[in-house]
Parts: sequence; structure tokens; C-alpha cells
Amino acid sequence: MYRYDQFDAQIVRERVAQFRGQVARRLSGELLEDEFKPLRLQNGVYLQLHAYMLRIAIPYGQLSPRQLRRLAEIARDYDKGYGHFTTRQNIQFNWVALKDIPDVLDKLAEVEMHAIQTSGNCIRNTTTDHYAGAAQDEVLDPRAWCEIIRQWSTFHPEFAFLPRKFKIAVTAAEHDRAAIRVHDVGLHIRQQDGVTGFEVWVGGGQGRTPHIAALVNPFVPEARILDYLEAIMRVYNRYGRRDNKYKARIKILVSELGEAEYIRQVEEEFAAQRADEKIDLPAEEIARIHAYFAPPPLPAKPAGSKLLDAAKAADPAFARWTRTNLHPHKAQGYASVTVSLKPLGVAPGDATGAQMDVVADLADTYGFGDIRVSHAQNLILPHIALDDLPAVYGALDAAGLGAANESRITDMIVCPGLDFCNLANARSIPVALEVQKVFADPAYEEDIGKLHINVSGCINACGHHHVGHIGILGVDKKGEEFYQILLGGRADEHAALGEIVGPGLKAEDVPGAIHRVVEFYRAQRTSPAEKFIDTLERLGHQPFQDALYAAG
Amino acid sequence: MPLVKAGAEIANTWTFVADGAVLPESGQTSVSLARFLALKQGQENGPLPDGVRLGPADDPAELEPYLPELSLIEVDFPRYVDGRGYSQAQLLRRRYGYAGELRAVGHVLRDQIFYMHRSGFDAYETRRAGLSEVLEALAEFTEAYQPAANGPGAAFRKRTGA
Repeated sequence: MYRYDQFDAQIVRERVAQFRGQVARRLSGELLEDEFKPLRLQNGVYLQLHAYMLRIAIPYGQLSPRQLRRLAEIARDYDKGYGHFTTRQNIQFNWVALKDIPDVLDKLAEVEMHAIQTSGNCIRNTTTDHYAGAAQDEVLDPRAWCEIIRQWSTFHPEFAFLPRKFKIAVTAAEHDRAAIRVHDVGLHIRQQDGVTGFEVWVGGGQGRTPHIAALVNPFVPEARILDYLEAIMRVYNRYGRRDNKYKARIKILVSELGEAEYIRQVEEEFAAQRADEKIDLPAEEIARIHAYFAPPPLPAKPAGSKLLDAAKAADPAFARWTRTNLHPHKAQGYASVTVSLKPLGVAPGDATGAQMDVVADLADTYGFGDIRVSHAQNLILPHIALDDLPAVYGALDAAGLGAANESRITDMIVCPGLDFCNLANARSIPVALEVQKVFADPAYEEDIGKLHINVSGCINACGHHHVGHIGILGVDKKGEEFYQILLGGRADEHAALGEIVGPGLKAEDVPGAIHRVVEFYRAQRTSPAEKFIDTLERLGHQPFQDALYAAG
Repeated sequence: MPLVKAGAEIANTWTFVADGAVLPESGQTSVSLARFLALKQGQENGPLPDGVRLGPADDPAELEPYLPELSLIEVDFPRYVDGRGYSQAQLLRRRYGYAGELRAVGHVLRDQIFYMHRSGFDAYETRRAGLSEVLEALAEFTEAYQPAANGPGAAFRKRTGA
């Protein structure tokens, strides 16, 4: 993984000192809350319902064991013993005192971490495929480019006060696991005639006006991608709407201008750049950063594992977990493991300090010191030998991390909702936990197959309800919580927005309604291999909608 | 409102003359971009100021032909969170080669100044930040990742000696 050199270390140290000063000026009253707000936001500090919340950057979702142990320590010493992993592959702590935040940032800086630009109207953490570097279907490891983008976007002097927040995602695989078409900018790394370049998508997003991104350029060579991003950002910074925060995202600029005119403006700005405005990242610098992401030294292994086979035969729960929570690795004899943070009855994405320590130890012992956070709010051990899977599972299961539900119906993306968030209209976590209960039998859940349920507590869509195969959106009707159900969303390379199927349901009616939809799917699928989303697309939404509202 | 330039707090010798107000025959004055262009292109008669104040929606490209004649460009930040002025500054400095004074005016606070400096500003009329605070803000970061108009050079160039 990337390691700080003197420049990175210096910038992060100076940032901590700067923020310490800003907090002191705020606490002394010299800085007004309105003036402090954009400053604290750009350092990940939100004022939530009950307390300040600190969101810590995990660039492109990668952690070392040492970093994860440090997060565990912060959870214990400054929070209530746990942290919450987010859909931006970051972590947030909900109970940190403002006065302690500079000390927390110091502790993070010691392990090459920070909270820079995890909030506010600036370029946020660049996200990517959580199997990057391990996936069979990637053309190259996208993390190096995420790191280059991280550096370019950190304290970019021109783009610190954008009309609204700005999110970039990168994939290098045909199967898009980074949801690039629902990002402000989505980059798909491709190779063309021996040159690496980027397919550039702009203007996707969720929130109250969801959009699928427009293809703005099919191939920008890697040598020019930062210049192209500068052109995209400058057009947005100058012409994005600032009169209404709900119309300020780049998706609105693209849709109001129209794709053709928007592309013309970006291309015009890109063409106008003078030679000395270009960011000529030297090839040796690109190579230097790629070198940090060299594959781990994986000893050669046979394709199968007798140990694994024996353990599967002995333990059906383990066998099920190997069917659901493993992803094929590019090296034979290895797999990428999903550590589910969605056991029954726990707020999705939460992990205790003790659990973080367990995962850090496993990464050290079996996983070449590599840990990822997925945008689905799970942890990943990307490089585990098949022989080691029984031991890894045993340790995870003992720590309450053995749920066999990756991409299954109980592996929901859920925002914090009204229990924590002052934007929310409705609670998200309790309704998600009630739905989970319906599918608590692991055999039943496995039979249902891959099915994404995403839950948001308001139209800001932090729970990505627009792109869940089934989306659940909490709304407030005259002081009562209702839940609208959406069908047909997806965040992959066939990205689509779900459609609201009808009137909202009371919280207690949601689990039954979801159950009827799932049972209808099971009755209608051509075989267990036909996924929910495929049956839905084959039959259309109407019969599913009828099933949803079938019982009184 | 303190005015800081080149490491010193200085007296403001410039006057911004609002649209419609009478232009003085002498003295250092700045006017809006629209009024400057009207004077330049003969739609309005009067003494030609050598200062222009840009609003956030103004396009600095319209000033490009006249930049050698200007001694002051003020970029107005009506609201602290409106970042359009940073793009205007980068364009003026890096694309159009403006070399005169580039002054940030309006809702200018201490914590914007490092970004402003790197975007090409060299003078700051702040709400309340005095000399020591401006100098402190300018010194907060000794390194930076990306090329810009001013301030520390990009880390990647230092790393590679390029």
C-alpha cells in the first residue's frame, strides 16, 4: 500500500496544527460558527443530533493492520467502543468531543491517516473496487490512480469551495464494483493500443434528483487525466449552481446544459489549457506510486485445498460461508474474503474496537497486512490462501463476524438515519433490522441468492436506495414515519435507478411486503441461477408491485 | 478592513466606484467589469480607470485584451463559501498572464488566504484578519501536491527533480 514520504507526512502534520488552531479560535469565540462550519466540515467534523461526528478518510478503502488497530483504539478511547464504516469506504465516529478532535488527528497522523476533505463542498475520498489488486477481471490495479487523484485533490487551491460536494470513483474491471455511474465523476481504466487511459463518466449521483452519469469522453490517456479532471472541475466550479444547494451537484449542471453542451464546455476548457498549465506528472512519479501497489509475495499454491475441502465437509456453516463470502483471486489457491459487518441485529457497517483488532490480527497472520473497506460497508481481506480459510473463518465467527451474507438480502447498505442524523426524516437501522429478521435463516437466505436492499432515512440517499435491487426510503408524513419501496435499481455496469412502486408503508408492514416480493421472485425464477434483478427485469415491475401490496 | 500585501499591512489608496456613480477625474479607481467594458468600447464616456472589480459570475476572458493596461483587479467574494473567484484568479494568472495586483475583497477570512495565495492573489482586503494572521495563514503549509500560481511547488516535481 502507499506509504507517506516526507511531503505527505509534512502536509498531514501541518493540517493537524492548522485545525488545532481553528478549533482553538472557535472555542475562544474568535471564529463564528458559520465561519467555522466549512473549516470543520473539510476536516470531517459534523454536528449531528447528539454530538460532533468525526469522519476519517480511508483512501480508496485500504487499511494496514496498524491503521485498523489505531481506529480500534480511537473507538475505545474517544467513542463508545465502536466505529461505523461508510459507503465512501471511510469510517466515522459518532461520539467524539470537539476538544479531543485535534488529539485524535495527531494519533491518526502517526499512522499516516487524516480526516482531510471527508466532508464539505470539496473533492471527497476517491473510492474504488474493494478487490483492487486481487480481482481476476481488472486490467490493472486502480489504487495507484486513486492515490494520484488523492494527492492532486488534497488542498487543491481552486476547488476547496465548490458549489457542492464532489465524489470520484475508479474501476479497472468490466464488472463495476465501484458504482462509477452514480458518481460525480466515474473513471473506468481501459487500455487501448498499449496506452492506459480512462473512460470518463460525469454527472451521476443519487440524492433527491438521481441521475446516471453521462459518458463524457471514451478515452483520456493517463498522461492527461489530471488535466481533464481540472477542466471538469473548473467548468463545474464556475458554472455549477450556487443559488440552491439541492440543485448544486454537477449532475444538475450536466442535465440543465444538456450532455452535448456540457461536453463541449469541458472540451473547450481542456483545449484552452496552455502548456504551462498542464500537470505533467513525470512517468517516474507514476511508476513510483504504482510500485507501492505491487502484488503481495503470494507463495505459489495448487488450485484446490484439501484442508478447505475437509473443513467444508465437517462444518456446513463454514461451507455456506465459503459459498457466499469469497471472491475469486487472480492467483490460484487464494481468495478474497468478505468480513461481513451485517450480522443480525447490529447496525450495518458498525464494528467494535475488539472486532477491528481481530481483523487486523488476521490480516497480519494470514492476509499480507492488507485490509479493505467496501462501499457496501463490509471489510475485505483480499489475499487469503484457501488453506487458511478455516482458521480465518473460525476467528471471525468467534468475534461475531462470521455472517455468510455477502451481497445477500441481509447485507444491506443502510444510512445512520434518524437515530443519529439531523437530516433524516425516518429511522433506517430499525427497519433494516426488522427486514433482516425475516431472512434470518441462512439456508433460506442462501437460496434467495444475490439481492441488494439499500435503505435511506431521507431523500439525500446516503443509504443508496436508488440503486438497491430493492430500495427502502424513509419519509415523514405528518410526523409519522413511512417507507417507500423502490424496485429495479442497480449500481453496477448496468446502472439503473429504482422506481417507487406505490404508496409508502408503515414500518411494521415493510418486512412482510419485502417477504412477499422475495417469495414471488422465488416462485417465478426460471432456476435458482436466475438472480432477483434478472427475474425483475424479465417480468417487469408490475407483478412484483402487485405482490408487494397483496396482503392487507 | 485591513489590507495586506507583500508581507505588510498597507493603506488602501484605491476607490471602487459603483455603477452609475460619477467617476473621479483622477486617483486610483476600480469599476465593475461591465462598466469597464462600456467605457473601453465607447458606450459610456468618462475617464478610464485602471482597476476592475470582478463579480463571481464575470468571465475574466473578457478582460484579456486589456490586462497590460490594468494595475489592479479585485475579485469579489460576496460569500466566503463561493469559490468562483479562485478559478478567476487561476485563469488571470496562469492562462492570461496578468502580472498586476490581484486583490481578494469581500468576505475574506483568514482561513481562505492560503488557497487564495496559491490561486494567484497577492493582496487581501480581509474582514478582520490583520497582518500577523495573514502571515500565519500563508505559512501554514510548506508543501503542496499540485502545481498552482504561487506558493510551494508541487511535491511530485520535488520528488523527481523534474
